Amino acid sequence: MANTLFDKIWDSHVVQHVEDGPEQLYIDRLYCHEVTSPQAFEGMRKRGIKCFRPGNIFCMPDHNTPTHDQDKPIGDPVSKTQVDTLARNAEEFGLAHFGMMNPKNGIIHVVGPERGLSLPGMTIVCGDSHTSTHGAMGAVAFGIGTSEVEMVLASQCILQQKPKSMRINIEGKLGKDVTAKDVALYLMSKLTTSGATGYFVEYAGEAVRNLSMEGRLTLCNLSIEMGARGGFIAPDEVTFEYIKGREYAPEGEAWDKAIKYWETLKSGDDAVFDKELTFRAEDIEPFVTYGTNPGMGIGITQSIPELDSIPEAGKASFIKSLDYMGFKPGQKLLGTPVDYVFLGACTNGRIEDFRAFASIAKGRRKADNVTAWLVPGSWMVYDQIKKEGLDQVLEEAGFEIRQPGCSACLAMNDDKIPAGKLSVSTSNRNFEGRQGPGARTVLASPLVAAAAAVTGVITDPRTL
Amino acid sequence: MKQKFDIITSTCVPLPLENVDTDQIIPARFLKATTREESFFGENLFRDWRYNPDGSINEGFVLNNPRYSGEILVAGKNFGSGSSREHAAWAIAGYGFRVVISSFFADIHKNNELNNFVLPVVVSETFLANLFDSIDKDPKTIVEVDLPNQKVTNKATGESETFEINGYKKYCLMNALDDIDFLLENQEKTEAWEVAAKA
Repeated sequence: MANTLFDKIWDSHVVQHVEDGPEQLYIDRLYCHEVTSPQAFEGMRKRGIKCFRPGNIFCMPDHNTPTHDQDKPIGDPVSKTQVDTLARNAEEFGLAHFGMMNPKNGIIHVVGPERGLSLPGMTIVCGDSHTSTHGAMGAVAFGIGTSEVEMVLASQCILQQKPKSMRINIEGKLGKDVTAKDVALYLMSKLTTSGATGYFVEYAGEAVRNLSMEGRLTLCNLSIEMGARGGFIAPDEVTFEYIKGREYAPEGEAWDKAIKYWETLKSGDDAVFDKELTFRAEDIEPFVTYGTNPGMGIGITQSIPELDSIPEAGKASFIKSLDYMGFKPGQKLLGTPVDYVFLGACTNGRIEDFRAFASIAKGRRKADNVTAWLVPGSWMVYDQIKKEGLDQVLEEAGFEIRQPGCSACLAMNDDKIPAGKLSVSTSNRNFEGRQGPGARTVLASPLVAAAAAVTGVITDPRTL
Repeated sequence: MKQKFDIITSTCVPLPLENVDTDQIIPARFLKATTREESFFGENLFRDWRYNPDGSINEGFVLNNPRYSGEILVAGKNFGSGSSREHAAWAIAGYGFRVVISSFFADIHKNNELNNFVLPVVVSETFLANLFDSIDKDPKTIVEVDLPNQKVTNKATGESETFEINGYKKYCLMNALDDIDFLLENQEKTEAWEVAAKA
């Protein structure tokens, strides 16, 4: 029964069903960054072909960009080559390119929505698993590999098996200082990092409806961490209000026509999902992770599980994980000293995240034992921080704002957490070495990160 | 690398950990290459588990254990979770693996393996547990992966299972064809879709 929103969007983009195989899916928007695209462009050159629909493709570097002195050449020659290669490829293939220092530059998953490039009803892909972020606009958005990037460059299509559908309802109201990030970390702890593999998730329910657009972007961003290919939220007034007037959004008659279509984008009352789960917002508290995958999370007042509670096949991974983190089963994380705090990434690098962080930093001081990196997701966010005077508030508290990029989320630039150091990070992955070889990562919301930054230890923001 | 896939008969390298993510398969700092040199990625497969922080070899890691070798990697469930980086599949292929056996794969990584002519074989948890056991008892345990018949056999126990793969992808693997060849041939259909969508 094609009556879920996912079915509606997906099915309307199917060019053909390949016999005994996948579907050929038309892609409205392809984003390319410098890390996962060079080999795709190289493949195009080898085949001697041009992009099929260059106007649907937008390129920008974000993973390698330094977070200071972006007006100067990149120091690391290998990073520089990768960033320069993207610029060259975009030019050769006639694609839009928002290079470093271009006011439109930033993390792709922050820029796409804020520029009105990612719109309801679209199919959106990028060689990046966090492409699920754009699902918050009411789009079917998912990460792909480099071979698939080449497919879209060449044909504006990919071959893909249609995923199953899942609806996750969060009913009720979120408590004080409980954010979209906490909802996502809570869901991962319940579903594990593979619980939604093979599914596309629609988020629904009162608590989801009540999220701001930016909160929705954070929630959808983390869909991949439950294994889901993507996650999305049906567009509503909040979505339309957010999109209106943005640079690439439709205007005038085109806007009226778009709204008419967008208003139809919802699952039918009789829609049947392959799986449906419901959680209560009241059960969610500020969350932190204790292990080396994002599913290893606990409420901030809780203790790390005991070894006995872990299934046999998972014990070896659990022990390895805690050894790496330097934590013990049964331990509480509250009060654990923190070395680094990272605010940013496609997960939490938007203006509301900086407002949240500043709300705690205001009138307090950064703890002496903490090194803090505050990295806006884009120049647009950076400018807004200045406009609202948040930079002043943060500077008075001992923090500085850096220049935009992916930064310490995956440490491809110079922002690497040193080996052994503990980082409270608003990013999306706590894998071994993710923030730098040997770095130990605790994932959390901007409020929890700010509370750690001003107290120097893992702290429940509700107690400040 | 485009190569025809038929039947692989080989010893295995066991990695009995769950949730092995693509950051472990190939850490981010090795993603800066702008070409698809599988040998470079292969050399850095599981880099931070293969080598100690000082650059010396970690004798305790399975790839450094001379008892184990072969074209088949056997891994715990949820293999390849996390980042979409295809470099992970290039690293696996570059190291010389042609098959990965697990009870569960992350979606994007599974596609990436297939697009690089590495076959992800999904087996039951029991088959996987018994296979780890067989390899533990005898590192020379042979596994046969028969793509034409979609059958995987643990030669030590005689246990066999069929595995799933769609007919189209199986044809591609057996004939060394990729999806781009197919999509380029079908551009007229794409254009027709665009016209219909605009109407």
